[in-house]
Amino acid sequence: MTAQEAVVAGEQMAVRGDELLVVDGLKKHFPVTRGIIFQKEVASVKAVDGVSFTVEEGETLGVVGESGCGKSTMARCIMRLLDPTGGKILFRGRDISNISRAEMRPFRREMMMIFQDPYASLNPRKRVGFIVAEALQVHKLGTDAEIKRRVQELLEVVGLNPEHYNRFPHEFSGGQRQRIGVARALAVNPKLIVCDEPVSALDVSVQAQVLNLLADLRDELGLSYVLVAHDLAVVRQVANRLAVMYLGTIVEEGPADQVYASPAHPYTKALLSAVPVPEPGVTRERIVLSGDVPTPISPPSGCPFRTRCYKAEDVCATTRPVLEPVAGNTEHRAACYFPEPPTS
Amino acid sequence: MPLLEVNDLKTYFRTDDGVVRAVDGVSFSVDKGQTLGIVGESGSGKSVTCLTIMGLNPKRNSMSSGEALWKGDNLLTMAPKRLRDIRGNDIAMIFQDPMTSLNPVHKIGDQLAEAMRLHEDVSKAQAKKRALDLLKAVGIPRPERRIDDYPHQFSGGMRQRVMIAMALINNPDLLIADEPTTALDVTTQAQILTLIEKLQEEFGSAVIMITHDLGVVAEIADDVVVMYAAEVAEKGPVERIFKQPHHPYTWGLMGSLPRLDADVERLVQIQGQPPSLLRPPSGCRFHPRCPYVMNVCKTADPELVAVTGDPAHLQACHLDEETKNREAAKLLASMMAEAS
Amino acid sequence: MFQYLIRRLLWAVVLFIAVTGVTYVIFFIIPADPARQVCGQRATPECIERASHFLGTDRPVWYQYKLFMGRLMPVGIDPLRFKTPDLGRSFTNRQSVNHVVAQAAPVTASLVLGGAIVWMMIALPIGILSALRPRSLLDRIAMVFVLIGISAHPVWIGLIFAYFFGFKLDLFPITGYADFFNPSTDVGGPIQWAYHLILPWITFAILFAALYVRMIRANVMEAMNEDYVRTARAKGAPEHLVMRSHVLRNALLPVVTMLGMDIGLAMGGAIFTETVYGLPGLGKQVFESIDRVDLPVIQGIVVFATVCIITFNLIVDLLYAWIDPRIRLS
Repeated sequence: MTAQEAVVAGEQMAVRGDELLVVDGLKKHFPVTRGIIFQKEVASVKAVDGVSFTVEEGETLGVVGESGCGKSTMARCIMRLLDPTGGKILFRGRDISNISRAEMRPFRREMMMIFQDPYASLNPRKRVGFIVAEALQVHKLGTDAEIKRRVQELLEVVGLNPEHYNRFPHEFSGGQRQRIGVARALAVNPKLIVCDEPVSALDVSVQAQVLNLLADLRDELGLSYVLVAHDLAVVRQVANRLAVMYLGTIVEEGPADQVYASPAHPYTKALLSAVPVPEPGVTRERIVLSGDVPTPISPPSGCPFRTRCYKAEDVCATTRPVLEPVAGNTEHRAACYFPEPPTS
Repeated sequence: MPLLEVNDLKTYFRTDDGVVRAVDGVSFSVDKGQTLGIVGESGSGKSVTCLTIMGLNPKRNSMSSGEALWKGDNLLTMAPKRLRDIRGNDIAMIFQDPMTSLNPVHKIGDQLAEAMRLHEDVSKAQAKKRALDLLKAVGIPRPERRIDDYPHQFSGGMRQRVMIAMALINNPDLLIADEPTTALDVTTQAQILTLIEKLQEEFGSAVIMITHDLGVVAEIADDVVVMYAAEVAEKGPVERIFKQPHHPYTWGLMGSLPRLDADVERLVQIQGQPPSLLRPPSGCRFHPRCPYVMNVCKTADPELVAVTGDPAHLQACHLDEETKNREAAKLLASMMAEAS
Repeated sequence: MFQYLIRRLLWAVVLFIAVTGVTYVIFFIIPADPARQVCGQRATPECIERASHFLGTDRPVWYQYKLFMGRLMPVGIDPLRFKTPDLGRSFTNRQSVNHVVAQAAPVTASLVLGGAIVWMMIALPIGILSALRPRSLLDRIAMVFVLIGISAHPVWIGLIFAYFFGFKLDLFPITGYADFFNPSTDVGGPIQWAYHLILPWITFAILFAALYVRMIRANVMEAMNEDYVRTARAKGAPEHLVMRSHVLRNALLPVVTMLGMDIGLAMGGAIFTETVYGLPGLGKQVFESIDRVDLPVIQGIVVFATVCIITFNLIVDLLYAWIDPRIRLS
């Protein structure tokens, strides 16, 4: 039995096509308070302001956006590391938006997270073996001996030497630490892994290793990912569906190739055109956005992107556009009154 | 005569664990008005190279040798006062993290004026006026109001613009930009790169752009130096490096880039991780990770040699030229195939 | 900013009530009885009863506390008027506690404020120089000094100094305090005042100097590694400007706040130094009052010390908000 098979043997592979995660109208507002003795909420930072999407089994949803768009906050809400202010989160059909910590416990076996900073997300005082095994021990998934064996298998699966079971995180490089994070997430055989900028702190050559690993694991274990990143090229590697976020809302979503090939929302178009292409002499038609991202405390009325949009009209300031199918294609949707025509 | 000529530059740091050879024999040159891109990953020595040129390494535990000839004079052996006259005046440098590169307790107007008054005998009012001009040039909205603000009142992109303004206020002949956009969003990065290119034309300065992003290099550099483990792996005009790379590390770097315009099945990955600079590998420093490693690579560190027929394109690898041409063509073909 | 101020003042009041309340409770938990102390060695039950009625210690604790707070308020209720806060009368000699505190406070103030100047004069140069030359001989000597300064007890230091410089070498007076303005003995005036305080100042300062050398060294070393210092050098600034305008300006910000807090704290009485050198300050007073179980004096000094600490902390907070634009403008 190979290492990969051993991991798989832990649990049955699920049937594809089921809705694993449904997010409906998710909101997360952080209150801004004023007051001498009794703090009164005077405003709120609308970090996530009505986000809806679905992740099916075996699917990878890439969520892209720039700093301040709320994608990391949303990721933490899905994992219930933060409590949502509104909206619903359904995992495998069960509503986990407001349940207590105790009720949330069994779900934590099924959804795990990989974090951005490989240097901060591993406890420097614990050995690597303990870090990977911790979830197994918390959920009491085996005897000590079984757990140890499992951890060693996992280390091998992610491409590390199982002999390094007793080492400390600082003895590993950044890329290796991120692999430890992946092993830790895999330990309990989750259905869903939420990756919050898993490679942005790594060098380019090491990024490739981790991205390939994530793709391989997805193929072999039938995992689903929600991949949050700001690097569009990175997301393209692993994701089959894409959601673009701006100021707390999704402005465009659809199958990755369609969105990349033919972006409908002006923001997506500008985002894609801003990425420098590693080909000298290719003059890019670059859309340079003016100004800065507005504050999420008082987002612009109507469409949040209108203050920087190159094709904003008066109607854009009235009501916020909702996600509508682009050119009749229900899979590819954009929230814009004047979406870009599809490039054929 | 080139504006800046760096010959066999070496910088070693004394640490508790031993001597870290951060830059170990680097040579390149920059001509007037040109843009040189220095590409490398963490630990390649690209930042330290430029800090050495500027004389900004901590004196206590760093040793440097070699030459950095600025218009003929060696910056490394220059009298400190003369070096300070050049710093911020003829050669200016901007850094990666705009959040921490500005003093939080001084107004940005004062910090800009300081940059000017260090090198020119002008009154505070004159310096302030010039600061205002520069703020306008870098696109800060309402500069008259913002000039009295503090750094924490600006966003990341705006702060980087302020840094650029501060660097260009004395009209330097060379601007060294150390990963100026790495900490910024991609749309902000686009703005900053466009700004740098525009100002470069306006002021006529040469630029050294240090980055790990091959896309950035392709966009704005005329010449490229690829660094690995404190040495130069390959260097030459940007067209040559991208169309005909001649070093396995460069191949790996390009192949491992996730592409926006192409659907890549599996990224090329360079196995292993960047080496320790305390005890670098013997021979060619890339050999433990190189898929084409031969016996000679483990013992002899290859010299920088020109590619036949192209004296401007140099590479340091023991592989024969035929193999290199073949592999480069293969890489390019696969990249073009994916893009179609 | 204004809201912040109001909130701090309200907290100060809460703190004040808490501190004085706790002092009262502690006092009445300890087994010593002030009434018995007053009656002396052969205390008869009748004497104790009369004494405790006279002192008011036969009333319930909360009632005594209520009386105490009533006397302390600057506003009188019945009739409505302004009055000076009255800290009560001493149990042992019926002296007005206001008077006792007013006598002792200037002595402590002289010691603490002068000592603060001395400790900063020692700590600033040593701290900064050590940070500029880490691991040099100067740095190592400074660290040894820090170790000794923190470990050696002020009483021991005081006695050693008094013995060598006072007794053996006869350079400085061994004990005693000379009044700055009105000499209570035939020794007085500013020069005598300073002369008598030199050894106490140094003794008092040593501990704080050691702590501050360590803190200043750490802060300066950290500031020197900041990116904006590198930017300043990249602009071509000479080293002295980099130090003055960039490094020190940032490194010494936290020192300002620590200084304020420590002075506020020490105003409560530098007990050890005052005792060794026989300075009639608040520390010596409180020490003696505890011995004599003299609640009003203890309480009076606690009140004074609390007010000092709260005031200094508030000043320091406001000062910090003023000099650090990041806080001022948020």
